Amino acid sequence: MSEDQARKVIQTFKYEPKRLERGYSDRTLYVNLSDNTVKAKTISEETKDVFIGGRGYGLYYLWQAVTGVTKWNDPENEIIISCGPIAGITQYPGTGKSIVVTLSPTTGTVIDSNVGGYFGPFMKFSGWDALEVQGKAERDVVVYIDGDKGVVTIEEVPLGDLNTHVLAERLTDYYSESENDKKNISVVSTGTGADNSLMGMLNFSFYDRKRKAVRIKQAGRGGIGSVFRDKNIAAFVIKFSNVNGDLNNPADKKRINDTGIKMHKEVASMDPKQNNMRKRGTTMLTPIANDNDLLPVCNFKFGTHPDAVKITKWEDKFCHTGSDGCWYGCTVGCAKVVFGFELRTGPYKGQKVLVDGPEYETIGAVGSNVGVFDRDHILECNFYCDTYGIDTISFGTGAAFIMECYENGILNKDITGGLELNFGNREAVMELLHQIAGGEGFGKIAGQGIRKMKKIFVEQYGANSRFLEDIGMEAKGLEYSEYISKESLAQQAGYGMANKGAQHDEAWLIFMDTVLKQIPTFEDKAEALHFFPMFRTWFGLVGLCKLPWNDVVPANNADTDEPQKVPEHVENYLNLYNGVTGKEATIDDILFESEAVYNFQRVFNLKMGVGKREHDSIPYRSVGPVTVEEYESRQERYDDQLKDLIGVDPSGKSTEEKIKVVREYREKQYEILVDTVYKRRGWTDQGIPTLDTLKRLRVDFPDVVGLVKKHL
Amino acid sequence: MKIVAKKPELCDGCGICEETCAQAWFKEKDKEKSAIRIMDNPNGDFNIVVCDHCGECVDVCPVEAIKTAKSGIVTIKDSDCVECYSCVGFCPKGAMFKHPEEPVPFKCTSCGKCVKECPTGAIYMEEV
Ligand code: SF4
Repeated sequence: MSEDQARKVIQTFKYEPKRLERGYSDRTLYVNLSDNTVKAKTISEETKDVFIGGRGYGLYYLWQAVTGVTKWNDPENEIIISCGPIAGITQYPGTGKSIVVTLSPTTGTVIDSNVGGYFGPFMKFSGWDALEVQGKAERDVVVYIDGDKGVVTIEEVPLGDLNTHVLAERLTDYYSESENDKKNISVVSTGTGADNSLMGMLNFSFYDRKRKAVRIKQAGRGGIGSVFRDKNIAAFVIKFSNVNGDLNNPADKKRINDTGIKMHKEVASMDPKQNNMRKRGTTMLTPIANDNDLLPVCNFKFGTHPDAVKITKWEDKFCHTGSDGCWYGCTVGCAKVVFGFELRTGPYKGQKVLVDGPEYETIGAVGSNVGVFDRDHILECNFYCDTYGIDTISFGTGAAFIMECYENGILNKDITGGLELNFGNREAVMELLHQIAGGEGFGKIAGQGIRKMKKIFVEQYGANSRFLEDIGMEAKGLEYSEYISKESLAQQAGYGMANKGAQHDEAWLIFMDTVLKQIPTFEDKAEALHFFPMFRTWFGLVGLCKLPWNDVVPANNADTDEPQKVPEHVENYLNLYNGVTGKEATIDDILFESEAVYNFQRVFNLKMGVGKREHDSIPYRSVGPVTVEEYESRQERYDDQLKDLIGVDPSGKSTEEKIKVVREYREKQYEILVDTVYKRRGWTDQGIPTLDTLKRLRVDFPDVVGLVKKHL
Repeated sequence: MKIVAKKPELCDGCGICEETCAQAWFKEKDKEKSAIRIMDNPNGDFNIVVCDHCGECVDVCPVEAIKTAKSGIVTIKDSDCVECYSCVGFCPKGAMFKHPEEPVPFKCTSCGKCVKECPTGAIYMEEV
């Protein structure tokens, strides 16, 4: 690095690297960038018992740090990275996930986002169960953890190109001593998009030895990258050498090894016959989504498109000569990569670059949802979102919303600065992205996210607010991820009730609900909306990836009592958890652990002013047809439903009349389901956990109870 | 290269090869530490499991700890192994082994010691 001399260490903190005990170090690293405090904090047994790790620790520390009026860009806000007790074992697929927690700029409340890459496991091996960063630096800084030597430094770096594909590589070079040492470095960084928008995300790197390249995975949702840049953080860098399979110092290594080997055998034999994730990554979902009317097309109006076949196949684009796990031992290896992609636009135009991805969500967001069915466009957009540090989902869903507004005359070329934002205009999509990243032109508005755009469009451009509420695909301020939920009531609630906002990671029930019809009654759906969010939350407490849970399944899975839960894999997870921690937890125990953290997060939302029933409402576009065009695209289905479900004869009625009847019915169904789920979860009809529920779950801390009481 | 080839129909299941291998590499008699395995078939004859150096494990290893030497023989560099055991799960022949006492998996290196001791000629070195 030419700026070597310019490196200025402004704080040094030395510590004793500590061997983990059964997956824990029981301490966190606290950094305050306002006054350059760096210190270790001990995690008490009580905290560990209730919050477990990962998202639990993130929520716990953030709760201590902020009040109900703290804003995302107040110095008190923290960014917390933690991964939990299982993370870092190398023997089972999907065991290197970190969870990042902060107050989101678009939702105003807690966001948690899970991410692969080596940073989290390295952080644990360096002796820290979590990294907690508060305050704001005066100038751009790097927080560097040398886990080999036991030194943490805050360093000022001269401003260069902050975009990830440049910076992560530069820092990997800089902090490593040789090519062979690069595997020991992981960088957390973002890009100019995070400086200039509220949809900034974080890239976590891992060094791909076989391809000699810095690869990245994203903590995408909710604007965490924007908080990172608001704190003037250029990067977190960690170094840890000598990874081996024993660093968690687990209680029962053999149990973990046996479980891991069994799973690798299953992946080897079943994946090629099932989803073929090893070759296709999550792109395998694209044809399935398109075939089942689930692929968002043109701002979630439609679920399928004849041109979608152009974006369903990716295998030929991917490089297949390496291992694509985002942590060691992930044989599912969904982290696909494209090499030598030549950029056609933007500041790096003409360069040949590596593109990490695309994943299904990106294909949906920046492809079908904006009406562009072109793989090269998707790669271009994927690359730029990543390097700019912009969440592909929020960008794509946001752009789709803008396009529908444009096509409805709410926006025009005067407002967009000449951008013709019709669906399908890929040049305009790319230009919009470059403008967001540069904080220029219409990009300044687009980068605020849908919730803020709605307000601006109503107040400044006279838009009909009801229409915008219907078509603006966000809940709690978070843009929808890429599934059409219209035909799955359970999935509508899965989106609407998710603590962080409209993300599918709490509940993905579309198939169970609509294709397999396994949860017909409200009670069945409510049970699924209890079990799955709790079970899925648990992955984020312990450091696991969800994909190896149900994207590959044992040969006999279909013959089990509850194939949707993949019982053998649940058993595997208990083996890993108990094998690491020495507990003898059952499935009920882990659900209990998750439920406690989940309810705590719900109360956290309440603290930030968004934890009530009204905040679980969703845009009607995710429930049913908003427009005539939409209704008529599925006329037969809706007409049949009118007759069979609602008991209304569609004949002789105008489409508008039919839309109204369908809407009344569907909205009522949603409310009934919400009632049923609240009851199942032990919440009031306003969606507030009762004092009994909090007590049962052992999260009845005085401040929690005090807060909740005010709302009961 | 020369690899261990097999004629299972000649095998009488004596297990001398397994003992020889375990002894050669781990200085023990424990057959579970052998890189060649004799498996009983239900019909009374035997199955011989040993690496044929196909290279699947080289592809699946995330850290390049497994390499194909110039000779074509596949070997593991213990110090680079991160103990993920992907290779154990992905070996199409089931010829990559893991023992509870040994953190790093092991496999046949084509040293030929077992072949020398086999009394029936069921295993032999073959140029491929
Ligand atoms: S399945 Fe994909 S995301 Fe999950 S751990 Fe493996 S490579 Fe990472």
